Amino acid sequence: MFGMEFYVDPSRCIGCQSCLKACEECETHRGISMINFDFIDRPDSIATAAYVCWHCENPTCAQVCPADAIKKYEDGIVGSSLKPRCIACSNCVLACPFGIPKLVPEYEQMMKCDMCYDRTSIGKRPMCATVCPSQALAYVTPESIASTRREKPVNTFWFGNQKITTKVYMMAPSEIEAISIDVADYTWEGEHELVPQAF
Amino acid sequence: MARPPAPLDKLTERFGPHLNYVPPGGWQDESRNPAEKLVKTHCCFCGQQCGIQLKVRDNRVIGFEPWEEFPFNRGMLCPKGVKRYMQGNHPDRLLDPLVRTPEGFRRAEWNEALDFTARRLREIQDKHGRDAVAVYGGASLTTEKAYLMGKFARVALGTRHIDYNGRLCMVSAGTAYKGALGVDRAPNPWSDITKAEIIFVIGANIGECAPITTDYVWRGRDSGARLIVADPRFTPIARNADLFLPVRPGTDLALLMAILHVIIRDGLTDQEFIAAHTTGFEQTAECVTAWNPRRAAEVTGIPPDAIERAAHWIGESRRVMILHARGLEHHSKGVENCEAVLAIALATGNIGREGAGPVMITGQGNGQGGREHGQKCDQLPGQRSLTDPAARQHVASVWGISPEELPPPGYTAVEIMNAIHRGEIKGLLSICFNPLVSLPDASFTREALERLEFFGVIDFFLSETAAHADVVLAGSLQEEEEGVTASLEARVIHIRKAVDPPGNARADSAIICDLAHRLGRGRYFPFREPREIFEELRLASRGGLADYYGITYEKIDAQQGVFWPCPSLDHPGTPRLFEDGRFFHADGKAHFMKLEWRESGDPVDTEFPVYLTTGRVVSQYLSGTQTRRIGALVDQYPEPKLEIHPKLAAQHGIQNGDWVAVTSRHGTITLQAMVVRTIRPDTVFIPYHWPRDRSANRLTHRTLDPRSKIPEYKVSACRLEKAPAPPEWARERRPELKQGGRA
Repeated sequence: MFGMEFYVDPSRCIGCQSCLKACEECETHRGISMINFDFIDRPDSIATAAYVCWHCENPTCAQVCPADAIKKYEDGIVGSSLKPRCIACSNCVLACPFGIPKLVPEYEQMMKCDMCYDRTSIGKRPMCATVCPSQALAYVTPESIASTRREKPVNTFWFGNQKITTKVYMMAPSEIEAISIDVADYTWEGEHELVPQAF
Repeated sequence: MARPPAPLDKLTERFGPHLNYVPPGGWQDESRNPAEKLVKTHCCFCGQQCGIQLKVRDNRVIGFEPWEEFPFNRGMLCPKGVKRYMQGNHPDRLLDPLVRTPEGFRRAEWNEALDFTARRLREIQDKHGRDAVAVYGGASLTTEKAYLMGKFARVALGTRHIDYNGRLCMVSAGTAYKGALGVDRAPNPWSDITKAEIIFVIGANIGECAPITTDYVWRGRDSGARLIVADPRFTPIARNADLFLPVRPGTDLALLMAILHVIIRDGLTDQEFIAAHTTGFEQTAECVTAWNPRRAAEVTGIPPDAIERAAHWIGESRRVMILHARGLEHHSKGVENCEAVLAIALATGNIGREGAGPVMITGQGNGQGGREHGQKCDQLPGQRSLTDPAARQHVASVWGISPEELPPPGYTAVEIMNAIHRGEIKGLLSICFNPLVSLPDASFTREALERLEFFGVIDFFLSETAAHADVVLAGSLQEEEEGVTASLEARVIHIRKAVDPPGNARADSAIICDLAHRLGRGRYFPFREPREIFEELRLASRGGLADYYGITYEKIDAQQGVFWPCPSLDHPGTPRLFEDGRFFHADGKAHFMKLEWRESGDPVDTEFPVYLTTGRVVSQYLSGTQTRRIGALVDQYPEPKLEIHPKLAAQHGIQNGDWVAVTSRHGTITLQAMVVRTIRPDTVFIPYHWPRDRSANRLTHRTLDPRSKIPEYKVSACRLEKAPAPPEWARERRPELKQGGRA
């Protein structure tokens, strides 16, 4: 959709996995989900994060592909591997700094987020960003993101000495604070160290 | 008679739950063909009733498209909404009526099944009296069906015992709002959440149980609102809380009273509003005098200064939204909890304005509409009281009977099960309700069901409860019959029919009307389609609190929903209540209610020292009758786990992944531990969507709120022991199904 960009804001993610479920409904990859989803550290936190492909300006996956199977299109979208060319070598899986590409064994092919090419090319929003209940994944105009969000979009990443510029934006906090998520840190236990009824 | 035919695994083999992973016709084949039509309708699951478009081909729902124009969710859907279409063509669907045999169930013709059902209900009533038969309804039914169930019970069967599973959901808030504000409805539209300065979420796991509401909360924060979250667990919504209050289960009232205490003590009340628009403030203020933050801290386990801060943020703001759900309601003082929320809103004048109001988050799909038109044991259509002579006169005249024929109020849902257990009620007709999983103290429920002389069920899958039935009438899914529901905003919306019921399954309303005919009361049930039921409902609700008279299907379509009350055809509906400062009591005032602290009905002690609280996960819905059959949803959270803090786990030598026997005063179940620092160290959490020996409700107790009659699911006492081996259920074979749909 003209003028729309993709924004990822893990701080909004509620871990519902609607994106994962909706992704596999998409016409280009029926039954296979291209979303990367993580519980960051479930023992200590409810924090979760869902990602799509970042669609790099100079995609590492394409650079390392020995079969020239990964193409970046004119609009900046980096597609899944081309089936006739992909040799399922996993070079891209290993090389991508974001850990996005997945080898799909039953197809012997690398598949990854293509930003719902079937939808975005005809003016629809990608499936994941359309359904996302928290809008942690959002497909909107830069003006809209600037006027409605606290966080700021960033699309420059450093991986060691490798600088990567991406089509997809990460929402970064305007000021960073350490956040404690241990409920025990918030409880009041009077004069006792532990809650008496429980122990 | 109502024991499930043995053995259980034979039943499971035939009726599931099987896991459907694939759309009808397969991912790569039939389902890729273009849809014949896209049907704009709503999700069948929770009270948010998100707009969705169902893709239909060959009378089957083959997928979905987001409906971005529908204003509530603007295309957003949770995973349940995304995958709901997988149940339509599910191999477990009941395609014929079933009649039980000693070996199991056999298929029957409709005439036989309906004749049998009507005959048995009448036999029991003739022998034991009309009230020996009860009716269970459900809050996932369309409003037309819910209305029909109330009329069916009172006019066709003439029993006073009709109640519904919304009794397990919304009734505490409903009772509180009715008592304090004069009407049972969230006063504000959801868009108000984005306009608030303070968003106070208490007892509401929004991220998992009302996921789309998350976006409203986040948008509010983006506009500068501060978020306060009170919950025994660090729920997903708490990740962005500006203030987190880890309230001990069962002590919300102490927290709320202390907040009100500070607001009054520090002069943060809106005296002008209190004087002009309320009664009873002094009495309520007296109730909270003793509840200083220090005392509340002892009870709730929340630091006194955090309580002070919450009170000041609320008291110093002019736009406060307080969002609450089952976490406040599922208590033996559930009504008081909600009354305390209302007291804070009224004392600070935070009601009836944009961005200011107390808001109950209704849980079930038609939790709002299903409780407005006569499915509750004490109500008539239009949210009228069954004991009000004028209401009886009005509804009786619409129905064409005399008011004397209307039975008096009957038992509530849990009380009906209690009466079945003690033999007072001997026959039960149930639709859209799975009490064996959803009622507290499941072993008691099973005993009760086994004592029924006749048990008839209308359902689309054979639920755990339906396995006890003498006859199962194959009914319809939400997308198989037209109607309306009212969302948690009280927005009345249009459920469009997408497909016909499969096989010989029939529309629920047609089944009910046919039963009424067989009971000799057919002239009161002449309905050929839901629209005709709705037309009668409009008249029956006219002049009531939930006035639908001005609502038509066409108006709903034109306006993207109509908020009741809507008393005339030229009335636009009422998105926000009380804007003129008038409340719905005869005196036009809001009434402060008396607040009184009580202990919970299942207190912790040395034998049962740990608090148990129960709730939901995002990928499952209620008793799981539908969602435990959808592979993608089951994979996300396959079995219930025991959430436990590492401090408590260490006391019992429990590591993450260990099997733990959880024992309450009512039973024991064995679950795998999920050791997380996102729960209070004195509390464990178990989600309740599963049956039998992994059912959280084997552990819960039957204490009810004395007024709302809601069970106290949110606090029980338990003890923990590390289990030597996995339980039997963990070794069960899971029936799977990769090929989508029926052949």
